[in-house]
Amino acid sequence: MAAQVTAPVGARDGRTAKVPVLGPWSSVTGHWLVKYRRMWAGTAVSSFLAPLMYLAGMGLGLGALLDQGVGGVPYVTFIAPGLLAATALQTGAGETTFSVMGSIKWNPIYQGMLATPLGPRDVVTGHLVFVAIRVLVVSVVFFAVAAALGAVPSWWGVLAVPVAALGGVAFAACCYAYSATLSSDKGLVLVMRFVVMPMMLFSGTFFPVEQLPGYLQPVAWATPLWHAVEASRALTLGVATTPVVAGHVAYLLLWLVVGWWLSGRVLRRRMVV
Amino acid sequence: MIRAEGLVKTFGDFTAVDGIDVEVRPGEAFGFLGPNGAGKSSTMRMIGCVSPPSAGTLEILGMDARTQGAQIRARLGVVPQKDTLDEELTVEENIWVYGRYFGLSRRLVRERAEELLDFAQLTGRAKSVVEPLSGGMKRRLTIARALVNSPSVLLLDEPTTGLDPQARHVLWDRLFRLKREGVTLVLTTHYMDEAEQLCDRLVVMDQGRVVAEGSPRSLIEQHSTREVLELRFDVADHQPVAEKVHGVAERVEVLPDRLLLYTADGESAQAEVTRRGLDPLSALVRRSTLEDVFLHLTGRTLVD
Repeated sequence: MAAQVTAPVGARDGRTAKVPVLGPWSSVTGHWLVKYRRMWAGTAVSSFLAPLMYLAGMGLGLGALLDQGVGGVPYVTFIAPGLLAATALQTGAGETTFSVMGSIKWNPIYQGMLATPLGPRDVVTGHLVFVAIRVLVVSVVFFAVAAALGAVPSWWGVLAVPVAALGGVAFAACCYAYSATLSSDKGLVLVMRFVVMPMMLFSGTFFPVEQLPGYLQPVAWATPLWHAVEASRALTLGVATTPVVAGHVAYLLLWLVVGWWLSGRVLRRRMVV
Repeated sequence: MIRAEGLVKTFGDFTAVDGIDVEVRPGEAFGFLGPNGAGKSSTMRMIGCVSPPSAGTLEILGMDARTQGAQIRARLGVVPQKDTLDEELTVEENIWVYGRYFGLSRRLVRERAEELLDFAQLTGRAKSVVEPLSGGMKRRLTIARALVNSPSVLLLDEPTTGLDPQARHVLWDRLFRLKREGVTLVLTTHYMDEAEQLCDRLVVMDQGRVVAEGSPRSLIEQHSTREVLELRFDVADHQPVAEKVHGVAERVEVLPDRLLLYTADGESAQAEVTRRGLDPLSALVRRSTLEDVFLHLTGRTLVD
């Protein structure tokens, strides 16, 4: 028998693989973007309507009852950056819970990816880059709506978009590591109910954390959302100083790097056995 | 192509693969035959470089599976036991995104997708979402997808398990074509007919060990007789009847529902059974198969 070692099917030329410019992980991001293309319309509407309803309902409606605003700032202007950061975080969490578990268990596309030259790190990085794109788009839309409603007094506020998006991805990276350890979706419901929800309510999104009982304040300070909210708010109000924003950003980057590293480790332990 | 020596895979206390030696040559169709739990899939995962060996050496395409996994995987095609297609995407999108994992350009991936869908007889379904497709179509798509990088070796783990007979035959036909074209095939199966049809050479695995090795024909010659007489009696237990046919054949195996008499000449054996005054419900003379080889080597049937 002829010892021909390549499949003639689809191989009539010698063209072979080359490493993509950005790295092997970019093919994973590409896969998620193709998936997303099938459902973007639904998320586009909700990512536009959600900020509009939040800002109109809570900012303008509830805000009308608060004559003094918060710290001399109209309530809608106070919560706009908070909601921006919270929406980014919620989107990040939403993209790294069921989709991570699903890709391991229900429709095991990760197994397909790992049968190729890709390793667990590529799978994680590619997925998180997609999440970053998603979160960034959501943040831009939110910001545009908030600005249109007059809730962004300072031009510096534009920088709140990348800061809020960073907060979303940083939390998503850790959320990914957690989701990848689970064997059932019960744990995903828990994280949404007992981590994401409380964090959105008590991290300075709707009211300053100084309103919390003293012993709870350090908890709020530890959350990534509080840092994203504080930095975003300082930027939209135009009162940001470089060291303060840099401090918050550095803390968020720490979450991102630790989460990314842990995710790769967890996925390797789970899938490469 | 593939060389394993003393290959071991353990999970905690459990030993899935217990020191096997295997060599796969270029261009051949090589099979791992054995019942569920024999260690076939664990072996395949090690060869696919997604499961590090616990001990022993494993060399694939001249590279070390432990340290050069990514380079090896770049030249393998993998058809896993359970489909890993993206069910939300269309048939052609599945090939496109998969080809990109190998670093192939968008243009090349699209060209190959067209050829591969033709090969898999799925051209008409190119734009269909995968989820509602039949099991046979998904399997064919998985095989087409596995060929996108023009692999040197195609690994197939239980390629036809769960398919209806017609879909199996379509799939075998496609695999035959690949084999004829010189693609090295490595497959696991617990169907002896599949092993006989597709494999040039195979190893019989049981409880993590290789219990026999050779071509389907040589295995049958070595471990079984030319013919088998199957006798079914109207009794609850066939064991007592087995004593009555003692000496009729070289060897007698007792199954819950029938007796297997191993002999070079089934007709004569049947005549002898009749002469002894036994009256079976049914008597069938057939050639030996790999199923008989397995039964002889392990005392158990392949599919239970």
